[in-house]
Amino acid sequence: MTDVTMDTVATATPPARRDIGLKRRYAAERRFRLYGVLAILVGLAFLVVMLLSILTKGYTSFWQTTVSLPITFDEKVIDPDNKRATDPNVLITANYPALAQKALAEKLGIDAKNKPMMTRLKGFLSDGSRVQLRDVVVSDPAVIGTTRNVDILVAANLDSAFKGQIDLSVPEDRRKVSDQQVEWMNKLKAEGAMAERFNTGLFTFGASSRPETSGLGVAIIGSFYMMVIVLLLALPIGVAASIYLEEFAKKSRFTDLIEVNINNLAAVPSIVFGLLGLAVFVNFLGMPRSASFVGGLVLTLMTLPTIIIATRAALAAVPPSIRSAALGLGASKMQMVFQHILPLAAPGILTGTIIGLARALGETAPLLLIGMVAFVANYPATPFDPATALPVQIYMWANEAERAFVERMSGAIIILLVFLMAMNITAIVLRRRFERRW
Amino acid sequence: MSSMLVLAIILVIGIVAFVIARQRAASHNDGKVKPHSRAHYHGWWAFLLGVLPAVLFLAVWSIGASVYLNSHLHSQMPADTGVASEPLAVSLTKSLANGLRKLDAQQVAALPATFAELQPLLNAKGVALATDTQDYMIPIAAEANRMTDRLGLMGAIATIALALAGAFYGISQVQPRARARNNVERLMLWGLLGASTIAILTTIGIVLSMLFQTLNFFNRVPPLQFFFGTVWDPRFAAAGAGASEGQFGLIPLLAGTLYIALVALLVAVPIGLMSAVYMAEYAAPKVRAAVKPALELLAGIPTIVYGIFALVTLGPFLRDLSAALAGGTSFIQAQSILTAGLVMGVMLIPVVSSLSDDIITAVPRAMRDGSLGLGATRSETIKRVILPAALPGIVGAILLTASRAIGETMIVVLAAGVAARLTLNPFEAMTTITVKIVNQLTGDLEFNSPQTLVAFALGITLFALTLVMNIVALYIVRKYREQYE
Repeated sequence: MTDVTMDTVATATPPARRDIGLKRRYAAERRFRLYGVLAILVGLAFLVVMLLSILTKGYTSFWQTTVSLPITFDEKVIDPDNKRATDPNVLITANYPALAQKALAEKLGIDAKNKPMMTRLKGFLSDGSRVQLRDVVVSDPAVIGTTRNVDILVAANLDSAFKGQIDLSVPEDRRKVSDQQVEWMNKLKAEGAMAERFNTGLFTFGASSRPETSGLGVAIIGSFYMMVIVLLLALPIGVAASIYLEEFAKKSRFTDLIEVNINNLAAVPSIVFGLLGLAVFVNFLGMPRSASFVGGLVLTLMTLPTIIIATRAALAAVPPSIRSAALGLGASKMQMVFQHILPLAAPGILTGTIIGLARALGETAPLLLIGMVAFVANYPATPFDPATALPVQIYMWANEAERAFVERMSGAIIILLVFLMAMNITAIVLRRRFERRW
Repeated sequence: MSSMLVLAIILVIGIVAFVIARQRAASHNDGKVKPHSRAHYHGWWAFLLGVLPAVLFLAVWSIGASVYLNSHLHSQMPADTGVASEPLAVSLTKSLANGLRKLDAQQVAALPATFAELQPLLNAKGVALATDTQDYMIPIAAEANRMTDRLGLMGAIATIALALAGAFYGISQVQPRARARNNVERLMLWGLLGASTIAILTTIGIVLSMLFQTLNFFNRVPPLQFFFGTVWDPRFAAAGAGASEGQFGLIPLLAGTLYIALVALLVAVPIGLMSAVYMAEYAAPKVRAAVKPALELLAGIPTIVYGIFALVTLGPFLRDLSAALAGGTSFIQAQSILTAGLVMGVMLIPVVSSLSDDIITAVPRAMRDGSLGLGATRSETIKRVILPAALPGIVGAILLTASRAIGETMIVVLAAGVAARLTLNPFEAMTTITVKIVNQLTGDLEFNSPQTLVAFALGITLFALTLVMNIVALYIVRKYREQYE
């Protein structure tokens, strides 16, 4: 029996396989997979290109070119009438650029009587030297009459030239630095007086019309105020609202309304919150324009839905057995929530809050509408003073024409991204460390 | 007395009441009667009784006082105010009153009769006032200041008395069987409920604030002209001139918004959907764990960064590329629909992919296994079984993404341009609703001109548009989720 069948199988030609187009279908399968990989690669490639383009444009902004000059704090220039004991304004309004100018001329070996050369020397140093030297003198008036080495900022164009960002091979009249300036620059560089130093000004200066003396100081303080306000308002309100909705609310038309509302608010364009802030907080309630307090309120309203949604998910993830156990041991419902559920849900709530804060930190559009696009040179002492925010400062620098502002802007983006990255990593670490799977 | 000081005093009273009440409750606990609530609940109840009514009273009193003062000022204004309008006169008087606060007591006692004499005094204190402040406002402002002080003092005394009374009442309530915990918890519940209504209040605030300004706008520009006008020319220069108020046609803005959103969706939907499919169906767990967070990084980057990238890098690159292709003249402008749409599309990739990822993984395992068991390849299963099953959810996800694209601001502000025109050429610049909202509101304009009010009309249009899309999308997604649960 077995033999026979074996025989027939062996001798009969194998039946032709029904053509189900396997080759074609497998090719389609491979193509489909390839599309998937391509899609992911396109997304990642864009991410890499974008970050690289910002990094390459921006990393130079963390260094700023300065000239180390032996400044003679000449009493005849600072205080010609010797009135500084009685009139403190003398030290503020003195002609400090002249001191820097003189020191530079000496350094370059230019005769002070050579007027045409001295005029060409103007524009080599930044006008920020006025503030730099003033700060030295005001903080220590005893320096008058002595000589001290000070690192003076050079003008933005020379900074660019020093960093090699200006093409020096084009004809002189088509670039912003003259051949004479380049010659001086090379001389100072060879002597080691002119060098790039870490740009602390980028973090401390306020708004300025000159790139080399403008910085993120005001913006960082403004953003900090806003983040504190958002944290203080959105976290308690968001947690309270979520507790009510998740633990106490009975299903009714009212709670349905609240839920639909929250879901919608989470998807409302951010600029609409700016319109709300302008119409209600600034115009109706008369709060000050450009103040970080108003910005904080607007961002709070914007962040609330995010925090509520995250908190509700965290609360819902706590297993019902914990609730039953607490209630069974005689806790009231409020005690059950605040002493048992909330501590267990805390990591999830914190993660959601940090992510919400990170979103608020990068938000620009609503802040434009409440007037935070302002030229603020002084640090805001309170949240009610005019201030800007990090992303708004980036936007303002994007509208400037000068090349050096683009560099600063890219540097500011790097700083903003570092902040955001730090917040997101904190959130991820928190989630990894403390999240419990039930 | 400033309200901050009053608040601090109330708080101190509350804390003292808390300590005393807790102490009393603890001393009651002698083992004879079983206490109903633990001691600190008694403390909290006394604290709340002391603080809450007082704070509420203070709030009502302050609002009432400012309303009363306002109406008093209005009644004091002479028939001929000497300035443009009566409200302006009142606000001038108010800022004058604020300025007078900076003066010394002797200076206030002997106020000069004319503003010309008063101004140097105020300037010395660093107060700068409008020059059209009138002489008759000086006595009114001084009187208003005295009245504010009087009202404030009365309010402060009443508030503190109320706080003390509440605290004493709270302390006297401490008894072993008093249900302090229940009282505290009831108040807490009200607090929680109050917090959850903020969401509703925000929505109401958004709608009402924009509605008022929009109606105001429609009083000057007929709605038909706004909604169906094809020319956008707000004429900043002629603001307030009356005769030529400019044209406010929504159509070019709406067209630009939808065009850019369409380009963005054409980029984001295929890429996002394909990467979601790959992640959900093909990728090994290790790859998924590495790639997913990287794609989510794209979602965490602020939109201003995308905008700047479009403005500084991509726009010029496309312009130069097109110039090289066409041999000289570039046919792609640096700010164009294509640039803005491309960058926005990339921004939306993670949105599409994370939404569709959830939806694809929600398709039941059995459907997948059934198809594979019948001999279909994986891609056939995806194309013929999973995607059709997930279609409603994916449509919802696309709608949500589209609403994000329509409401996106910073990318289009930086990359799309400001020229409001109707064109089909994706290489030219077009503008959007959000760009114009920002444009109209970031200048120095008087608030009541149609040039600024139109921003609110645009805002409410945008809000309505996204609201409808969101509601439909959420409805579809929820319906879909129920189907497979």
